[in-house]
Amino acid sequence: MRKFDTKVQHLKYKVLREVARHSFHGDLLEHVTDIPKEIIPGNTPTMRCCVYKERAILAERVKIAMGGSSNVPGVIEVIDIACDECPDSGFAVTDACRGCLAHRCEDVCPKNAITFDKTQHAHIDKSKCINCGKCAEVCPYSAITNRKRPCERACKIKAISMAQTGEAQIDYSKCISCGACVYQCPFGAIADKSQILNVVDMLKHSERDGSKVYAVVAPSISSQFNYAKTGQVVSGLKALGFYHVVEAALGADMVADSESRELVEKGFLTSSCCPAFVEYIHTHFPELSDKVSHNLSPMATISKYIKTTDPASKIVFIGPCTAKKAEIRKESVKPYVDAVLTFEELQALFDSRDIDLLAQGEVPLDNASYFGRIFARCGGLADAVAEGIREHGDHFDLKAISCDGIEECRMALLKASKGKLDANFIEGMACVGGCIGGAGCLTHHEVKNKNEVDRYGREAMEKTIADALAGLPKV
Amino acid sequence: MKITVCIGSSCHLKGSRSVVEQLQNLIASNGLKDQVELAGTFCMGKCQTGVNVTVDGAEYSVSPDTVDSFFRDQVLKPLGK
Repeated sequence: MRKFDTKVQHLKYKVLREVARHSFHGDLLEHVTDIPKEIIPGNTPTMRCCVYKERAILAERVKIAMGGSSNVPGVIEVIDIACDECPDSGFAVTDACRGCLAHRCEDVCPKNAITFDKTQHAHIDKSKCINCGKCAEVCPYSAITNRKRPCERACKIKAISMAQTGEAQIDYSKCISCGACVYQCPFGAIADKSQILNVVDMLKHSERDGSKVYAVVAPSISSQFNYAKTGQVVSGLKALGFYHVVEAALGADMVADSESRELVEKGFLTSSCCPAFVEYIHTHFPELSDKVSHNLSPMATISKYIKTTDPASKIVFIGPCTAKKAEIRKESVKPYVDAVLTFEELQALFDSRDIDLLAQGEVPLDNASYFGRIFARCGGLADAVAEGIREHGDHFDLKAISCDGIEECRMALLKASKGKLDANFIEGMACVGGCIGGAGCLTHHEVKNKNEVDRYGREAMEKTIADALAGLPKV
Repeated sequence: MKITVCIGSSCHLKGSRSVVEQLQNLIASNGLKDQVELAGTFCMGKCQTGVNVTVDGAEYSVSPDTVDSFFRDQVLKPLGK
């Protein structure tokens, strides 16, 4: 079974794996410059113009795997030399244009940018075109295409543009670290900085001095590593040296409980779980900042609880999310979570130690309720808040809107900022599908993964939020 | 006195929630809230013998059915109740 969606992910994985492998062996510094050649040993280029460029790019990937550049403020970094500097010509008429008579493209164009030559073939006047795309929508031959760069197309909040020198550049005052560009760039020229070395360090320390490293795993794990069982993944984590594996979904239960109370008290709230959504509100809709729920995210909430039971412990969050890497830099979260890994990085970590998940036994993973677990997919959080209100016996007319992807979030926030939103709770998920659509997932299948999350939810021993919380002694 | 209940996955599946709930009720009904602190911990590394409970560091294996006798012998008696 395929472990990754794309070859870009596979390449990134190989770099992470080798960096982690050398770090575990304690010889990373001696071998750091050898890694590109270890991955591309021959003389025949397979990806770029020559092996030397391929290796130069890999050397940059090694740097990002080792934590990335401190000069780059965000957690998402452009690898300049890997950027293919795709043409950025916007909408263009292709040779599929048949020179028809209807000229629907001309009719819908709000700027009269479309003209026709003697053979009735359409042409777009670039000095007038505003790239609205209406002509492409109406062309019966699909003859008009959008030559927008994949990174710019992926970045719905327009934080990516073309630098004067041609490569992609990120405006960090806008970037919400969602990672959409990372997953969408066909050349793998944008990557998320890795903390895999911090994690290797923690695990090595733990082996020496018995210190405890906890893994907090996101519920979307149920849709990942689908060549193995979730219980085998948990077992693999223990084989890596993690002391115990805790569900972030238990933090989600705690959040659902207090977020539903906060909503009833305040009357209007936006969710606090998705760090990219929260960041988006603070940077793009500051007037709504006071509407963001005061709860920490499920990751931070459960980590705070674990640190209370075991103050000397280290906590690594493992999930589908690149924005979580930015979230743990916040003062409010920093004390509780020591590092973040994506599922991609976890696969690399397993393989750096030659841990075959299929050879592992199954270890249980259970604490959270159905509702905590379904946070992983869009709509789950709103269901959980509704359940919280019901369990508390509150009388509150919940009108939740679940925003699937940052574009839907933008629409809802825009309406809310003008007082025109017919809802009193906004569930915001920056990734389409929710966390299961996260950039750090190994594989993305929206429907199948949603079903997996729901199945995992139904398997929970605890059926209500209150039941899940009843198992937690107050600390 | 500090009672710590393991709430790791394995003990959870063996009924740690019920043990926590029963202990909380017993502490309250015996008026011991000031004398007994109830805490949780994720995994004591002895999953075979769960639900694992410690009383001031001493280890016990408790199940939802044996909470009453455990409380009588290991909590009430030492406190002279």
